[in-house]
Order: sequence, then C-alpha cells, then structure tokens
Amino acid sequence: MTTETNKLQPRKGSGAPSGESLRELVAHLRQNRTQLRDEWAKRITASKLMTEMTAAEIAAEATSVYDNYIEALESGTLEALEAYARSLSERIIPRGVETHEVVGIVLLLRDVLARSLINSDHGSFDRLNAILDAYEPAANRIVITVAVGFVQERERTIREQQDAIRELSTPVLQVRDRLLILPIIGVMDPQRARQLTEQLLRGIRANRAKVVVIDLTGVAAMDSNVANHLVLTVEASRLLGAKVIVTGLSPEIAQTLVNIGVDLTKMTTVGDLQGGIEEAERELGYKVVPSDDVVAAT
Amino acid sequence: MQVPILKQGTYLIAVVQPDLSDRDLVDLRDALVERVGRHRSTGVIIDVTALDVMDSFASLTLSNLASMIRLRGARTVIVGIQPEIAFTMARLGLTLKGVTTALDLEEGLAYLGQSDPRSS
Repeated sequence: MTTETNKLQPRKGSGAPSGESLRELVAHLRQNRTQLRDEWAKRITASKLMTEMTAAEIAAEATSVYDNYIEALESGTLEALEAYARSLSERIIPRGVETHEVVGIVLLLRDVLARSLINSDHGSFDRLNAILDAYEPAANRIVITVAVGFVQERERTIREQQDAIRELSTPVLQVRDRLLILPIIGVMDPQRARQLTEQLLRGIRANRAKVVVIDLTGVAAMDSNVANHLVLTVEASRLLGAKVIVTGLSPEIAQTLVNIGVDLTKMTTVGDLQGGIEEAERELGYKVVPSDDVVAAT
Repeated sequence: MQVPILKQGTYLIAVVQPDLSDRDLVDLRDALVERVGRHRSTGVIIDVTALDVMDSFASLTLSNLASMIRLRGARTVIVGIQPEIAFTMARLGLTLKGVTTALDLEEGLAYLGQSDPRSS
C-alpha cells in the first residue's frame, strides 16, 4: 500500500512517453506559477473554505502547497509532500479547520491546474490527452496523500486528548500521609467506574494508603451496575488494607441506591467531603486544632 | 510443598509460595493453629504477595484459619493481596469477612502492634 502511494506512476497505455508529458506539465505549471496560485487562492476564498485563516495566511500556505505539489509531480515521490501535509495539519488543526476544507482546497488546486492545462495550447488533442493522462493519476494521489495525512494527524490529536481526559477524569490525590481523596465529577459510566477501581487500587498500593475518601458530590446519577461496582471497589480496597469512606451522596442517588436494592451496609458513608476527611483523620489518629488553641495549651 | 513458618518475636509469619495446592493450604492451617499454642504467639501474619490466584477454597480456608487462631488466643492478618486479585475476589464475593487485611508485611506488623519490624 505504502509503496503504491509513494510512487507516482502515470496511467498505463498513454499514447505519448509519460516522462516527456510530465516534464511538459511541470514546465507549464512553473511558468504560470504566480497566476495559477492567485487563481487558486481566489477560488478558496470564493468557496468560503479556510474561513478560520486570514487572507495573508491562505496566500502563504497556498504558495508552499503549490510548490510542494509541483515538486511531487516532478519527482514522482510523495515523501516531501507527506511531511508537509503533516506539518500543515499540525498547524491548522488547532485552528478548527475541518476535513472537508482541506480536501476541498486540494481538489480546487487540482481543478484549477487541470483547467489551465486544457485551456493552454498543446498543438493537438492527443498531446493534451497524454499530458492529462500523466497529470490525473498523479494529482489524485496527491489529494489522497494530503487528505490521509490530515485525517491521521487529527486522529492522533483526538487520541492524545482522549488519553488526557481519561487521566484527568479520575484523579487520586493524597491529602495527608496515608489518606487519599478521589473527587468524582460528572457522569459515572461503567468504563469510568472500571478505571476508577484500577486507579484507586493502584493508588492505595503506591501511596500506602490506609483510608480513602471517595467524594461523589459532583455525581448526578448512578445506575445499579455502577453502584455495585462501587461496592466491589470498597471491598477490594479493604482486602488491600484500606478503609473507604464515601461522601456526598446526593438525595437522588441515595434514593436510587435504596430502591434498586444495592447492599450498602459494607460502605461507610458520611454526609459531605468535610465530614469524610474529619472521619478519616480520626481513623488515622490525626487531630486538627486551631493554632490559637495550640498556643494556649503550651 | 510445605509453607515455611517463621517465628518473629511473639508473631508467626507464613510466606505463601506461588504454586500452592489445597493440601498445602490445609497443612499450613493445621501447622499454624498448632504452633500458635506451642510458641505462645499473639499474632499470625500470612503473606500472600506471591499468590496469583485466590479461589473460594483458599479464601474459605484463610477465613477459617483466622477464626481458629482467634479461638487459640491470637490475631491474624492477611497481607499482600494484589490489587487485581482483590477486585476479582470482591466480584466473586470472597471478601474474607471478619479477617483483618493489610497492604504488606510491614503494615501487618504495624497492625499487630509493632511499628518497627527491627525491634523483636
């Protein structure tokens, strides 16, 4: 697959020698560089593509794309264009450029160049056919290369962001020696619940935690699957030698849990996060007193 | 294969090997229940760090072991259950009810009232 896309080969059975046609084609595109590029930039603006970018930026990118395009046609290799497509994607993806826009502008360039080839004088139709035979497959492959480069880059960005979100969604925080807090905000789905368990059990081991406070203040709803998973997590934590305190169960969740009959007798629950931390501190033998009292006592 | 039982002060420590058969486990139980009395031990630690499976028989035997040790006048701590195994056990309902569990040997010793393992 890669070898196929990395080499530009003119269609088989074209009348004239393809090398000559390509050379003529490249010469033509070099000659009319400024005019064709401006025509292309105009078409981009007229088609309302790349609206996130300024006219000057479009002109600058258009120049480099145009030059890379001709080079790809001439050399017959796509490596340089692939690299350029990647770096271009990297630059424009954060600006919110969509796939259809990128494909659209490359197709526009293809059309502008094809039109200019047809309109210029080549002597005979056979000659023009030969040139188009050389041009079309090469141009199409360039479009594919750029589009695939863009989509791959975007998928990579999305994957990175997903990883980041996944990491962020269940932070395990140490607030005191041997005391961890897991604030949970948002919707608890089975996947997130699984992840929570994994991170919590790993966190207990890594931080040698004795008490863990899971704060559910920010969780609006919970189904029976997730609730049961939570109970299992509490049990598993106990087997690792850590006590779990669940705090901030909303009235709705409390009602749901009781109605669906989840066995919550094994869970220690405290009204809010403050209460949970106080309970955990008692458990660990900490005593928090205002500094005035300490001064008064000594 | 017999599980070695170490005597550390007033505690007995058993370190379980990875390939533990049901027979070995029962032997371990009998040996511990007997030696608690012989050494006048006050606590027993069973380290299962190396164990990669904990089935219903193993957890039932450990539960019973803890109850027997209690009747013989000592306390039992099971230490070193791996996170994945802990969750699997919870899912299977093997929660070692009534048995104290701790993170590792150090924690187990701390629970039994000896925070510094060097002093014996």
